Amino acid sequence: MLIQVHNLVKNFVNDEIVTKVLNGLTFNIGSGEFVAIMGPSGSGKSTLMHILGLLDRATIGKYYLLGKDVTKLNDDELADLRNQKIGFVFQSFNLLPRTTVLENVILPLTYAKRKVEPMARAKEVLESVGLGHRLNYYTNQISGGEKQRVAIARALVNDPAVIFADEPTGNLDSKSGVQIMEILQELNNQGRTIILVTHETYTSEHAKRIIKIKDGLIVDDYEVTQRRIARDGVRLK
Amino acid sequence: MLEFCRQCIKVSTKALLANKGRSFLTMLGIIIGVAAVIIIMAVGAGAQSLIINQVKSLGTDIIGILPGASEAEGPPATVMGIVITTLTYEDALALNDKKNVPNVVDAVAYYKGLGTVSWGSNSYDTNLSGSTVGYLTVENGEVNQGRFFTKEEEVNLAKVVVLGSTVRKELFGESDPIGQKVKIKKQNFEVIGVMKERGTVAFQNNDDQVFIPLRTMQKLVAGVSHVSMMRLKIDNQANTIRAMEDIKIVLRERHEINDQSGANDDFTVRSSAQALEMITVITNALKFFLAAMAALSLLVGGIGIMNIMLMSVTERTREIGLRKAVGASNRNIMSQFLMEAISITLTGGIIGIIIGSIISVLISIGARLLGYNWDLVVSPFSIFLALTVSVAVGLIFGLYPARKASRLQPIEALRHE
Repeated sequence: MLIQVHNLVKNFVNDEIVTKVLNGLTFNIGSGEFVAIMGPSGSGKSTLMHILGLLDRATIGKYYLLGKDVTKLNDDELADLRNQKIGFVFQSFNLLPRTTVLENVILPLTYAKRKVEPMARAKEVLESVGLGHRLNYYTNQISGGEKQRVAIARALVNDPAVIFADEPTGNLDSKSGVQIMEILQELNNQGRTIILVTHETYTSEHAKRIIKIKDGLIVDDYEVTQRRIARDGVRLK
Repeated sequence: MLEFCRQCIKVSTKALLANKGRSFLTMLGIIIGVAAVIIIMAVGAGAQSLIINQVKSLGTDIIGILPGASEAEGPPATVMGIVITTLTYEDALALNDKKNVPNVVDAVAYYKGLGTVSWGSNSYDTNLSGSTVGYLTVENGEVNQGRFFTKEEEVNLAKVVVLGSTVRKELFGESDPIGQKVKIKKQNFEVIGVMKERGTVAFQNNDDQVFIPLRTMQKLVAGVSHVSMMRLKIDNQANTIRAMEDIKIVLRERHEINDQSGANDDFTVRSSAQALEMITVITNALKFFLAAMAALSLLVGGIGIMNIMLMSVTERTREIGLRKAVGASNRNIMSQFLMEAISITLTGGIIGIIIGSIISVLISIGARLLGYNWDLVVSPFSIFLALTVSVAVGLIFGLYPARKASRLQPIEALRHE
């Protein structure tokens, strides 16, 4: 099992006022799944993603990633796991300013201990998302859809076990949004686990399974029967 | 690791170039500080060598004997204008005897005063130096024209005089002074020689004086029987201490002083080697004091860097968050920001060294134009020091911001607006 979560609780403490965000979640996600975590804003879905993505720690509860109890790991071990096993795609792209497309994709490799030829690997991944012609463009010279594809390439470059996509189409026009969803679906078809966080029902229906969250609790967890397939002609190579 | 370092340097230069104006202003503090340290060290060393060379030119194998007791570190008693008459011509003769002071090469005794020298209608106020023949050996005096007086003339109260070059020029102009009679205190003296021009040595004009045999000066000009100073040349600087002890023993015996501790001495013995040592210590202290003052500006520059780095950490919180999200450890972030701080200070340091060296060269050229024998000393040590200090400043003042950056929680950093 890729992800096993048991009774996950997250409280934020601010000026001694405790805000309960996650109130005891229990679920599993297997390898190769395409899960949409859905819920209105303030439901705790982003917090859940951050904990699953090892960017934040749970207050109480168990979280096993690839069978490993990550609640017991220190900051460096978490950084290493993020580097090797997890890829992120954010709503606001989070590319480094004043750097080229290629440099952004190389970034995770510079923190990796494993030896690969960074240049060749980054080019390979960028070509697979159809950006082979943009390698030396600066990130402020490309469109929003292209930026998000750079982010996907960056997420893929270390060949992670799971990709977290946090509202990946939120800042994009609908055409670019379709392209991104198509790439994510294609990646899933190739066997990659995708966890998508969104508040839109339409977007969530691109996944195979939907976990609905409200007020920090799972209110629904079901297989998508009428799955949407994004098609825009941008094909993964 | 190599790739990581390369990336680090690339990232930090990029960050610095992105804010050229700001980086330069931040650097300015370091540039000025380092340049100031380099200049002060160079000018200090130049001035020090100038002073030391002046003192050295008087000879480091010289022992001076002054009348009256004085503290080892204090000024001689005669400086206060007190006339002390304890030293005599006979003391000088005794000291200039290898049986008494085995290391002595030669000795000179002085009685100096001021007086008017006249020739025909010309007259000139100058220093009258009653001295012994030993002057030539001890002070490296050289005669330009004619001759210096002899031992016989010294003993026999001969009325002869040797002119310093300035005096010769003032009294005689272009005429030949040898054999002429000059008047000092209404007595006629025969000019037998003119000294070679020596210039100002150790801040003393050696050309504006006339030499009269000591005994003649004492008996016929000044009417005294003591000497104001004696100077002994010894065979080797290494024997200074021994010779000084010998001199003290001889003088105590002659002056009937039984206390060998020195408490009742009526004379003071000093060596030029000691003086040189003292001057070196003093000028060193001055030099490092000034350099320390200059280094203060490095401290101020360092605080400027800390300030900018803290700003940079705040501005780039999201970047830090992202780097952590893709796997940067706390150590990675820390080294990135440290590297940035060090690039600022190191670049500033190098620019400062270049500017400081150029200014030091200009100063030494200026000093040479003004006629000083000025050595250019931008020492490798001061460059090494400046580089080390620059890196250290970057490391020290970059540490706090870098630590702050590395400790950001990834999710808080990513959320930062």
